[in-house]
Amino acid sequence: MTEIIVVTSGKGGVGKTTTSASIACGLARRGKRVAVLDFDIGLRNLDLIMGCERRVVYDFVNVIQGDCTLKQALIKDKRLETLFVLAASQTRDKDALAPEGVRRVLDELIADGFDYIICDSPAGIEKGAHLAMYYADRAIVVVNPEVSSVRDSDRVLGLLASKTARAERGESPVQEHLLLTRYSPRRVATGEMMSVEDVKEILGIDVLGVIPESQDVLSASNAGTPVILNEDSDVASAYEDAVMRLLGETLPLRFLEEPRKGFFARMFGG
Amino acid sequence: MGLLALFRRTPRTASVAKERLRIIVAQERSTRGGPDYLPLLRRELLEVIRKYVNVDPDAIQINLEREDGQEVLELSVALPGK
Repeated sequence: MTEIIVVTSGKGGVGKTTTSASIACGLARRGKRVAVLDFDIGLRNLDLIMGCERRVVYDFVNVIQGDCTLKQALIKDKRLETLFVLAASQTRDKDALAPEGVRRVLDELIADGFDYIICDSPAGIEKGAHLAMYYADRAIVVVNPEVSSVRDSDRVLGLLASKTARAERGESPVQEHLLLTRYSPRRVATGEMMSVEDVKEILGIDVLGVIPESQDVLSASNAGTPVILNEDSDVASAYEDAVMRLLGETLPLRFLEEPRKGFFARMFGG
Repeated sequence: MGLLALFRRTPRTASVAKERLRIIVAQERSTRGGPDYLPLLRRELLEVIRKYVNVDPDAIQINLEREDGQEVLELSVALPGK
């Protein structure tokens, strides 16, 4: 059984691509066959985060238009045997991606025996975002604990409930998961930032994970190594937990409290 | 947090954010799935009503409900107390 998971948010810059890359790597590391697809037509970026930008020959639109086979366009990850990337096209023609074409690509991946297809959605609620979520079985809604991100996510939840194949056919709804990113336990403790409980209460969906704010995310994207592969990072552990929850494990949330500092650090900052 | 931070007052704005979101999300959800003209209808109705009575923007609720295949547009206006 193949599961199609969309990583979406509405608002830009909240960590969709970072999340897509890390979740895909995490699943592949557990031995799953994973394809991660960039739906951000015109603004290809997943390839950079995955570190395979120089190996892109064919893209999503090439496959749909029949310029190449899907096999030719899938980029095999150099670190994980069972992980493949399909890059977005750089074309400015947004209509290049059509529902039938996307369906054909998904069907071929399903026939090929992939366990997971991760759809990295563009920001916004326009065509690309709509297509990324349209065939999804599950959705990871990436949210920052900040007003505009939370509000946009709620719009996206509305679309997941009405504008997807599952909704239109009256099938069981897309399973929604909340992933809170850029979480700062310190600012939550001082009452400057909404807590995970606050956001959960407003949106009313279950929490897949809480990813702490960290410099490791920028370092990872600089290097083209998905942050989940940085073993020393709390961000990696938090993503790893999220992957395990996706796979059905029940784990307590971690990194909700500020790491304890020594006396000197507390007194003099740091 | 250094020593100086102890004396600096940090604004506790998270609760404000939560309350604002609670209200706007509830409002947006109530019009969701309905026709696109609902927010505009609400605004225009508010303008008309305000010609006669000075009501609060939040005093108008519009809900579209489906009952037995029929759609019911429900409008409620809370008038200010005298």
